[in-house]
Amino acid sequence: MLSGPDIVETVRRRWMFRHPLVIRLAHWINVVCLAILLMSGLQIFNAHPALYWGAASTFDKPFVAITDDQRDDGTPRGIVTIAGHTFDTTGVLGLSNLNGQPAGRAFPSWSTLPAHQDLATGRRWHFLFAWAFVINGLIYLLYGIGTGQLRRRLIPDGDQMRGFGSSIREHLTLHFPEGDEAKRYNVLQKLSYLVVVAVLLPLMLITGLSMSPGVNAVIPLPDLFGGRQSARTVHFIVTNLLVLFVIVHVLLVLLSGVANNMRSMITGWFVIERKKLPAGSGEIP
Amino acid sequence: MTPCPVRPRLQIPRPQRRGFLTAAAGLLGVSALGGCDRFAASPTGQRALKAGENANLFVQRLLLTPASLAKEFPDSEISPWFKPNGTIEPPDRAYKALAAKGFEGFKLRVDGLVERPQDLSLSDLRALPARTQTTRHDCVEGWSAIGKWTGVPLSEVLQRAGLKPNARYIVFHCADTMEYAAGSDDEAAETEKTAAPGMESRPEGAENQASDSQPAAAEAPTDEGEEVQGTPVRYYESIDLTDAYHPQTILAYDLNGQALPVSNGAPLRLRVERQLGYKQAKYVMRIEVTEGLKGIGDGNGGYWEDRGYEWYAGI
Repeated sequence: MLSGPDIVETVRRRWMFRHPLVIRLAHWINVVCLAILLMSGLQIFNAHPALYWGAASTFDKPFVAITDDQRDDGTPRGIVTIAGHTFDTTGVLGLSNLNGQPAGRAFPSWSTLPAHQDLATGRRWHFLFAWAFVINGLIYLLYGIGTGQLRRRLIPDGDQMRGFGSSIREHLTLHFPEGDEAKRYNVLQKLSYLVVVAVLLPLMLITGLSMSPGVNAVIPLPDLFGGRQSARTVHFIVTNLLVLFVIVHVLLVLLSGVANNMRSMITGWFVIERKKLPAGSGEIP
Repeated sequence: MTPCPVRPRLQIPRPQRRGFLTAAAGLLGVSALGGCDRFAASPTGQRALKAGENANLFVQRLLLTPASLAKEFPDSEISPWFKPNGTIEPPDRAYKALAAKGFEGFKLRVDGLVERPQDLSLSDLRALPARTQTTRHDCVEGWSAIGKWTGVPLSEVLQRAGLKPNARYIVFHCADTMEYAAGSDDEAAETEKTAAPGMESRPEGAENQASDSQPAAAEAPTDEGEEVQGTPVRYYESIDLTDAYHPQTILAYDLNGQALPVSNGAPLRLRVERQLGYKQAKYVMRIEVTEGLKGIGDGNGGYWEDRGYEWYAGI
């Protein structure tokens, strides 16, 4: 017994196989890798929580430093210094609670792997998952380029570039494409994924390798950035950009239909909601 | 009549089930991160985490040849202050006595799997061919400093000693006590008796320096002369022959054209320029050539290696 509205309802939904298995696997492996790389990276940063420009460290003039000191009244505070400007970050950066006691540490224990100060183990996590990240990324790139998925996913089509302004408006007003337009990524989506895949993630690898004295003896990578300490600083800045990307990415996944987005990245199947479909003209896929 | 939610077969309600699975996976992920520390502490976890180091060593050994040199910098880039790290002033009496006399009595002992054990004074070492290199020192903590090192290539010293065919590793025994190990086990007590007869009245395991060539080693370890429980654990490091024979691997006695300061490792400091700072052993007193690393410390090849750091510190 089919009632009219229900038929229209089903007709309006159209299933689309959006994400092939390789891309779905690569995505989730990347989630795990980046989470562990971030947290173990903060652990490593905590061993010397200062950043510099150039080949060597200019200890008395760091570009960024996360430390703790004492206020005039003698109470401890955490501070972040960026290019000579000091910010009070007590509670999170520089000084945070460790087992209920305020402790001087750059990044708080809840953000680091391991939670306690342990540079050796942090490094082991970092390098193991750096390998996983690189191998996963290579598989993704080879597959994506070989099948044309990357071009389709990440390179904006000509008409999309012309609609750049309206895409920004859509994002700001949280109106997301529907119908046929939802079959492809929108232009801002494509460009941000492209920057992450083609610029930020490779930069993480290259700046990471720039810090390796062994690799340096074969390829003078630090020279690309103006020295090893500059490369370390860029590594840190790009980390921040990636965290920013992940925050925006997760927010937009939540706002633009979390069930549909999650299903498509797990099973591959994505639902296209059709706008203004005349009842009865249904093309059920 | 209530609408009957009949759907075409094509639309199996996967979403709900998948949504639940997603949430479950998310929860699993969070608890997995919480369990990371427990995993890292387990033997399986430690083996798994070591895989990254093995991969790094394997790949870097493929890429690096003897001709792959660490970058050498112009003198204008020398750091105004070469940050001393780790031990800055060894607390050991034997070392202090040597330092007080400008290391006049210093003799570098070269032994182990060698044809001709050596005892080389600083002037012996200075008489050997020298190499000067201005390189960047990369600490495992993340900072870097540039210094100009002058010293004798390790290969020159090894050539004079002559390696036996089964030689595989070069172990560096240093003068600086890092900590005191609990020395209550029988072996330590026994060694103490044999190594320092007539000292039975001292606290058990107060000294155990059978392997140390320094004659004054059996004295009280601290300047204050206080009795410290346990065996002093002095710094030790090791490299393999690939790095030992690299042209930039030197035993440095000068930093920036001056005699090496105590804080930077006087009288002799190893430079292995393609690895991190903790490999650059300071206060080198004895070079031991070995077949393996089992008998050295806890068997991982170095003081920091025995505390979780990678033996291969090329990254």
